[in-house]
Amino acid sequence: MFAKVIGRRLILSAFILLAVSLLVFGATLLLPGDPARAILGQQATPERIAALNEQLGLNQPAWQRYFSWLGGLFVGDFGTSTASGGPVSELIGERIGASFVLMLLAGVISVPLGIAIGVWSALHRGRRRDQATTMVSLILASMPEFVIGIGLIALFATSVFQFLPAVTLAPPGEPVWNLPLQLVLPTLTLVLVVTPYIVRMMRATMIEVLDSGYVEMARLKGVPEQRVIMRHALPHALGPVAQVVAIQLAWLAGGVVVVEFLFRYPGLGQALIDAVTYRDVQVVQAISMLVAAVYVVVNLAADVVGILTNPKLRSAA
Amino acid sequence: MTTNPTTTDTVTEAGDHSVVLRLTDLRISTNADDEILHGVSFALKRGEILGLVGESGSGKTTAGLACMGHFREGLRYSSGSVSLWPRGDENAVEIVALDEVAVRALRGSRIAYIPQDPALSLNPAMRVGEQIREVLDIHGFGSSESERSARVAEVLGDVGLPGDKAYQKRWPHQLSGGQQQRIGIAMAFAMYPDVLILDEPTTGLDVSTQAVVLDTIRRMTVANDVAGLYITHDLAVIREISDRVAVMLRGDLVEEGPVAGVLENPQHEYTQMLMSAVPDLAGRKTIGAGAVEGSGGMTAAGATAVTKEEATSAEDSPDDGTSDKDTSNKDTSGERTTTILMDSPLLQAKDVALAYGKAQILDGINLTLNPGECTMLLGESGSGKTTLSRCIAGLNDDYSGQVQLWGETMAPSTRKRTNEQRVGVQYVFQSPFSSLNPRRSIGQSLSVPLEMSGEDNAAARKAKVEDALDAVRLGRSFYHRRPGDLSGGERQRAAIARALVNAPSVLVCDEITSALDVSVQASIIALLRTLRQERDLAMLFVTHNIALSRHVADNLAVLNKGKIVDYGPTGEVLENPTHEYTRELINDVPKF
Repeated sequence: MFAKVIGRRLILSAFILLAVSLLVFGATLLLPGDPARAILGQQATPERIAALNEQLGLNQPAWQRYFSWLGGLFVGDFGTSTASGGPVSELIGERIGASFVLMLLAGVISVPLGIAIGVWSALHRGRRRDQATTMVSLILASMPEFVIGIGLIALFATSVFQFLPAVTLAPPGEPVWNLPLQLVLPTLTLVLVVTPYIVRMMRATMIEVLDSGYVEMARLKGVPEQRVIMRHALPHALGPVAQVVAIQLAWLAGGVVVVEFLFRYPGLGQALIDAVTYRDVQVVQAISMLVAAVYVVVNLAADVVGILTNPKLRSAA
Repeated sequence: MTTNPTTTDTVTEAGDHSVVLRLTDLRISTNADDEILHGVSFALKRGEILGLVGESGSGKTTAGLACMGHFREGLRYSSGSVSLWPRGDENAVEIVALDEVAVRALRGSRIAYIPQDPALSLNPAMRVGEQIREVLDIHGFGSSESERSARVAEVLGDVGLPGDKAYQKRWPHQLSGGQQQRIGIAMAFAMYPDVLILDEPTTGLDVSTQAVVLDTIRRMTVANDVAGLYITHDLAVIREISDRVAVMLRGDLVEEGPVAGVLENPQHEYTQMLMSAVPDLAGRKTIGAGAVEGSGGMTAAGATAVTKEEATSAEDSPDDGTSDKDTSNKDTSGERTTTILMDSPLLQAKDVALAYGKAQILDGINLTLNPGECTMLLGESGSGKTTLSRCIAGLNDDYSGQVQLWGETMAPSTRKRTNEQRVGVQYVFQSPFSSLNPRRSIGQSLSVPLEMSGEDNAAARKAKVEDALDAVRLGRSFYHRRPGDLSGGERQRAAIARALVNAPSVLVCDEITSALDVSVQASIIALLRTLRQERDLAMLFVTHNIALSRHVADNLAVLNKGKIVDYGPTGEVLENPTHEYTRELINDVPKF
C-alpha cells in the first residue's frame, strides 16, 4: 500500500519535471539576444554567424531542438556550453559539489535547530523566553538573505571583528571545503534565513498538539513529561513541519544564488548568474532543471514524512 | 447554598472504610483569581458510582480533574483537600499536597480517567494495544513482559473486545467510536484502579453504542470494586448508571443524594428546573414551557399572535388519538386540515439518492412536508441524515431524484435555484459556535441573506433583522453584539433568526440542539414550537435524539443506512414501530 502511494507520487513527479522542462525551454527561447552573436562578438560576419548557428543546431525548428535537448537530459548529456565550448555537465559538475556542501550544511544545522527551538518555545508558551523567541524569529524571517549576509560580513569580517573571510578564497579548481573557515559565513546566512520559518511553524503546531486530548490523556495516564513530549506530542507536530522544511530546503536550492553571489562562492548560483550574463542558454537550462528537480525531490520527501507520521494516511492511502 | 448543601453522609463520616476519595471544601480559581469552584465536597465509595450533573461551565470537569491533581491551563488550586485511600493502605494520601512525581505515580494506576471524546483522546499515531500497554509499563505492572502482555489481552477481553495480537496492532482510526471508548475503558481499568473519573464518556456516541458502553462501565465498576465519578449533563444516563447523584451549579454543589430520591423529588430549584427540561420519549410534559422568552423581550404583537393561535388550534383540534401526548401535536392538527386543500405539498423529496463510489449514502428517499408541519428525521451518525438535509437545502448537489417546493422541481444546487426557492428553504446548522462569523456583529450576519435576495434598501433590511431578533426573543439590543459575547443558546437563537429574516416556508434544522445544554435545548424547542404557530412554518428537524420526537414533531422518519425504515405520525411510529431498527432504538434510550 505504502509503496504504491510512493510509486504514484514518483510518476507524478516525473510528469511535473517534464512540464518544467517545457517551461524552461520555452523561457530560454524568449531570452533576448542571439547566442551565436554573443559568442562571436559584434564584429562577426553574417556568414560566420550562420555557420555557427548551423554547428549549434540553432536553425532547426524549436520543437526539434527541444526533443534533442530532452533526449540528452535522459542520458546525462546537458549539451555544450556556448561560452566555454566544453560540455555543460563538466562545467556544472565542479560547481554542484560546492553548492551541495553549502546546502547540506545549512539543512543539517537549521532543521534540528529550528525544531528544537520551536518545541522549547511552545513548552514555555506565553512566558518571556517564548515571546523573545517569537520576536527574534519574526525579525529574522522578515529580512532578505542579502541583508542578513551583509550584516554578518560587517559584524564578523570587516567593521566589527575581522576573523572570518568575507569572500571565498579558494582558487578555482580547488574544493571549497579545503578551507572550512570560508564556509562559515555563507552557511550562517542560509541558516539564519531558513531557521525562523521552521521555528515558527514548529511552535504553532506543537502548541496545537499540546492542547490536544491525547496529550492531556497521556498526562492523566501518569506518563512522565519527557515521554509525553517525545512520544505523544512530537510525532504529530512533525508532519506539518515537514512541509515547511521542504519548502525551505527547496528555497535553499534557489536562495544560494544570491548568497553565492554575495560571498563570491563558486557554486551553481554563480554559474547561473554567469550563464545568464553570457547568454549561455544550455547552462541556464541545465541549472534550472536541477533546481526544479531539487524542489520535486524535497517535496516528495516531505510527503513521505507526512505519511510516516500519520497512520491514517499510511493504512488508508 | 455555598458549601455542603445537603447531608454529606454524616452517619458514615467517621471510620467508613468504603470511602476511597473525599473532596473537602475544594476551591479552585483562575490565574486571574476568579473562583471557579466555591468549596466543593463529596465522597466516592467503593463499588459505587456518583453522578456529577451540571451544565457546561458549572465546573464539573474541573472538579473531576482536581480528583487527579490535574488543573487545566489557566486554573490553579487555592484551598481545600483531596484525600485518597488507596487499596490496602490505612492512611489517606493528600493529592493536592503531593509533588509532581508522586501525583504522576497515582494517575493511571490508582485514579484513572475516561475522557469525553475517545476519538480525540487516543493517540492517533499509536497502536491501541500499545496505548494500553504504556500504562502498565509506566506504572510497573507485574514482574515480567509476558505478564503485562497477558494483562493487556485480559483487560481487552473484559471490555468485550478481542484481545488477540492482530486487534492490538490496530490504529485508533480503524475502530468505531464505541470500540475506541472501550479501549479507553480498558486503559483505565488496566492497573486495577481505586477511583475512576468518567468525563461524559458517552456524549459523542449513538444511543445503541451508549447502551453498550454504559453496560461495560457498570459491569467493570462492580467487578473491580472501583469508586466511580460519572460526570455528565444527561440526567437520563445518570439514572441508568449511578447510585448517588450530585448537582453542580456555577461552581457550587447544590444537591446530593441517592439517584431515585434526587431525580424524583428534587429539592433545589435548579434541579427541579433541570428535571423539567429533560425530554422524554413518552412526551408526558411540555419541555421549556415558559422558557420561550430567552434573554430578550417578546414583542407585544408576537405575544398576542401566540395566544390567538393557541385559541384557534384548541378549538378545532379533533381528537386524533395522539392529542393527549403533546401540545405541539395538538397545535398543528388544525393547520393540517387546511393544508389538505392545497394540490401539492409544500416540500416533497422524490426518490432522492446519493452514492459516493460504492458507498450508497442515500437510497430512494421520499418525504413530504406540509405548511406548519414538523417532520423529525431521526438517525445515528453515518445514517445520511445530514447529507439528506443538505440535499434538500441545495448545499449538496450530487444527488439524483427530485426535491420539489410547491410542486415545482428545484435545481439540485442553490446556485441554480430561483431566488424564491432559495428564500423558501432555510438552513440552521448544528453548532452555533462555528456557524456565525465571530468578526461580524449579529446584525451584519443576519443582513446577509437579505442582501443576497437583494430586494430591500438598508433601512428595510435593518427593520426585518430587528423583527427576526424579536421573533427569536433575543430583542433588538442584540443587533450590534458579536457572537463572542453570546451564550450558546443565544447564538443558536441568532442563527435561527438568520434563517427567519427572509420569511422562509421551510426550516431545515440540522441537530440544532445537540451542542446545547438540556435547559437551553428546552428553551430552543419551545421557541421552535412558537415560531411554527406564529409563522405557519414547516420544519425538517434532524436529530439523533429520539427522546425529543414527541416534543417537536408531527411526523417521524427513521433513517438507517440511507434508507427510511419507518415513516409516519410520531405517535404511531413510537408505539408500533414496523422496523427492527426502530424497535432497537426505542429500547436503547435511557428512560426515566
